[in-house]
Amino acid sequence: MNLLANLLPAAAEVFLLVMVCAILIVDLMVTSRSKIFTYMLVQFTLLGCSLITVGTHTSQVVHAFNGMYVDDLMSDVLKMISYLGMSMVLVYSRQYLMLRGLFTGEFMVLALFSLLGMNVMISANHFLTLYLGLELLSLSLYAMVALQRDSAVATEAAMKYFVLGALASGLLLYGMSMLYGATGSLELGVISNAIAAGVHNKLLLTFGLVFILSGLAFKLGVVPFHMWVPDVYHGSPTAVTMLIGSVPKLAAFAFTVRILVEGMQSLVHDWSGMLIILAVASMALGNLSAIAQTNIKRMFAYSTITHMGFMLLGLISGGIEGYGSAMFYTVVYMMMSLGAFGMIMLLSRAGFEADTLNDFKGLNQRSPWLAFMMMLLMLSMAGIPPTVGFYAKFSVLNAIIQTGHTPLAIIAVLFSLIGAFYYLRVIKLMYFDAPESHAPISMGSDTGLLISINGLGVLFLGLAPSTLMSICAVSVQQSLLLH
Amino acid sequence: MIFGLPVISVTIWLPIVFGILVLATGDDKNARLARILALVGSVLGLLVTLPLYIGFDKTTSNMQFVEMHDWIARFNIHYHLGVDGISMLFILLNSFFTVIVVLAGWKVIEKRVAQYMAAFLVMSGIVNGVFAALDSILFYVFWEAMLIPMFIIIGIWGGPNRIYATMKFFLYTLLGSLLMLVALIYMYNISGGSFEIIDFQHMMIPMSAQLLIFIAFFFAFAVKVPMFPVHTWLPDAHVEAPTGGSVVLAAIMLKVGAYGFLRFSMPITPDASHKLAGVMIALSLIAIVYIGLVALMQADMKKLVAYSSISHMGFVTLGLFIFNAYGMEGAILQMISHAFVAGALFLCIGVLYDRVHSRKIADYGGVANKMPVFAAFFMLFAMANSGLPGTSAFVGEFMVLMGTIKINFWFAFAAATTLIFGAAYTLWMYKRVIFGAVANHHVEELTDINAREILIMAMLAVFVLGMGIYPLPFAEILHVSVNDLLLHVAHSKLPI
Repeated sequence: MNLLANLLPAAAEVFLLVMVCAILIVDLMVTSRSKIFTYMLVQFTLLGCSLITVGTHTSQVVHAFNGMYVDDLMSDVLKMISYLGMSMVLVYSRQYLMLRGLFTGEFMVLALFSLLGMNVMISANHFLTLYLGLELLSLSLYAMVALQRDSAVATEAAMKYFVLGALASGLLLYGMSMLYGATGSLELGVISNAIAAGVHNKLLLTFGLVFILSGLAFKLGVVPFHMWVPDVYHGSPTAVTMLIGSVPKLAAFAFTVRILVEGMQSLVHDWSGMLIILAVASMALGNLSAIAQTNIKRMFAYSTITHMGFMLLGLISGGIEGYGSAMFYTVVYMMMSLGAFGMIMLLSRAGFEADTLNDFKGLNQRSPWLAFMMMLLMLSMAGIPPTVGFYAKFSVLNAIIQTGHTPLAIIAVLFSLIGAFYYLRVIKLMYFDAPESHAPISMGSDTGLLISINGLGVLFLGLAPSTLMSICAVSVQQSLLLH
Repeated sequence: MIFGLPVISVTIWLPIVFGILVLATGDDKNARLARILALVGSVLGLLVTLPLYIGFDKTTSNMQFVEMHDWIARFNIHYHLGVDGISMLFILLNSFFTVIVVLAGWKVIEKRVAQYMAAFLVMSGIVNGVFAALDSILFYVFWEAMLIPMFIIIGIWGGPNRIYATMKFFLYTLLGSLLMLVALIYMYNISGGSFEIIDFQHMMIPMSAQLLIFIAFFFAFAVKVPMFPVHTWLPDAHVEAPTGGSVVLAAIMLKVGAYGFLRFSMPITPDASHKLAGVMIALSLIAIVYIGLVALMQADMKKLVAYSSISHMGFVTLGLFIFNAYGMEGAILQMISHAFVAGALFLCIGVLYDRVHSRKIADYGGVANKMPVFAAFFMLFAMANSGLPGTSAFVGEFMVLMGTIKINFWFAFAAATTLIFGAAYTLWMYKRVIFGAVANHHVEELTDINAREILIMAMLAVFVLGMGIYPLPFAEILHVSVNDLLLHVAHSKLPI
């Protein structure tokens, strides 16, 4: 294979890297007042990436760099959605960051680096590539959490995130090394074949699996490896929380699926049992703890834990239905999460963070339209039709029941009933209570438009979910089962 | 077809579109415009349901006015609508009550008028969807979507304890719905990939599965009916809801639960229904007798009517689970009659509440002296609530009792006590509120109902009396569909 054939599947990532470096230099020449220029350049980069991803798309699964990298339909779809997500994050957070003096080149460059890390994870076909992507993502995020240097909570969050994240990376690496010892390779396809053919040292393999799964659980933020989630969500500037809570979930999904399904399909009985425990524990603890929160960012942190638990249920079910539904769930979750954090930032203003539940009181009287959008987002998170969140839950439940885990489905719906309570509470605060402050809500036309698209999109996708569902199902089918 | 558009879709989407238009009128500066637009929308919404009645073929039990389009191809879910004799009547009923509710809230609602009217219009469309859906997921989507406007209505315009009530209402009903969702998906997987209600009805299901499915459906529908012992949300919701909300709850929402039994539980799981019929009858009788006695004790008028609703809905579930034509037709007629009677009673209480701002029976007395016209209407509806012959309530109750006595004399005996208790709690309340000397200065200052209120009361009175004297037009629409349903229920669905 020549160099070009190797680079073509990774063209979008190469372009992204080149642009990030360029932006890093260009940003030095941009005065702090005209950072909007850098911002436009970043948005342009995202557009360029998406054009390249579409342009280099082939209907086959292409491996590059000696099987370390893979370009398939799932990776292309996830990347396209991640560009969109990242672009939305930047639009939502522009004003918020400007008011806090955080609208700097560093923020945008780090965001793009994290995107690069995610996309490498999404396309990885080798433990080293996976790890490379993961660390690029994590290191960018650690730095972003700490960006607000004079904030004690942010620093604490960054420290916590870094220490626990490093621990998780260590676990993951340790697991990978054991797997290497057991199978003699780090390439997912080879590992899969080696395990299927029978491994001499079963104990090593099992330990490797457990360590890898613990590392994954850390990164996904599921119980019992969830401790960092609430503190990081709470402590970070909301723009960073939004970034952590949305787009990386796509990468985490890809990461989990690549390792567990592509790499260790023949150990499915071992890992699906462990995932059931993680999933049920996450739904239980996430939902119950979320009820007790007064800070809305913490509440969403626990809600993330729950949602990731629910997503795991799809993975447990397996097959096109299972993996397809898990992917659909992740994509839908990203959309809802973007909207919800976007709303928190919309309500914040200079020197004021709208991050407690009480800040949402009486929103319907201050701005009926925003309250309506938030209601749609909350209903969607609770999984109430006709919003898209319902179909996300529906498709996962369908996958579980299809594989005969009906009791698990009943547990899942009972926990989502508990979950419905705290989402409804937000609606209650917005619609039934009197506002605590009458400060005017100042939103730019771009954020106003975006939140409307986001809210109505949740409704529209709920009325016509068919296309997105099919895209997810087809992409996992091509990527995971047909090679 | 109306102007080339399919009838049922129009009955669903026209009120929703008007709801959005009303919402677009913005804040209370345009309240007048919002009211007029809402009235136009609700009247048009009623008019477009008339082709369903006029064009209805009473000789077939097949679904009519059917619309079928692909919706979610991946799961073989269709946008499939149609009506039979049972559901058609409820669509008309619902659209009729939307007009009533808009009129009833005309003056009383002063804050956020546009949102109030819009919520009712949107809900009207959604409820039509519940009755017309023939695909179970479409049904489910409408079924849950229905909760959202009601949640808002109780929460914003309700009484002092409204937030507790609306949360309880939402979560209670959501619990049932979620279990039903699991049952639906389970059936999708054993039916070989179909969510069509009609396919479910023709499917063979082993007994163990039938029982579980029946129980899941039971949670969903019994909560909505509501049956004893999952009725506790209803008095709270009724009491705290604004008048319009109470009317829609009593007239429409409760019927949705019984409709679910008719459409899902009984034809899909007939063997489980027969097996558990004893339990259902027992719960129905408890509702009739015990809740009737509870109603007797109430000091709050709305609570009294709420408990009386539960008691009357006990008649409905009793009629359904005795599996004969009398019982079932009686149950459906009782549902329609109860909509008119309970709706009217809540409106009457609303009339008093708007003037005095109290629902306590003790705060009234001698109202007849000040409001003679109102007292006459109230009298009619109170009599109807006690099941007086000549009013609509008598027809349904009588038929259910006839059906029950064929099964077991003592069941019928227990159910018939409602004729005494019902009369006791309704007329005693009536006596304390309306008759006697003028009790206090609030009553002294009362003014009689105005033209708008008379119009509302008169419309309901026409139906209460008309249906009582000549129930045939209602009964003959039901007849073929009910017989077909009974045929379904009589066939075992156990795999051979």
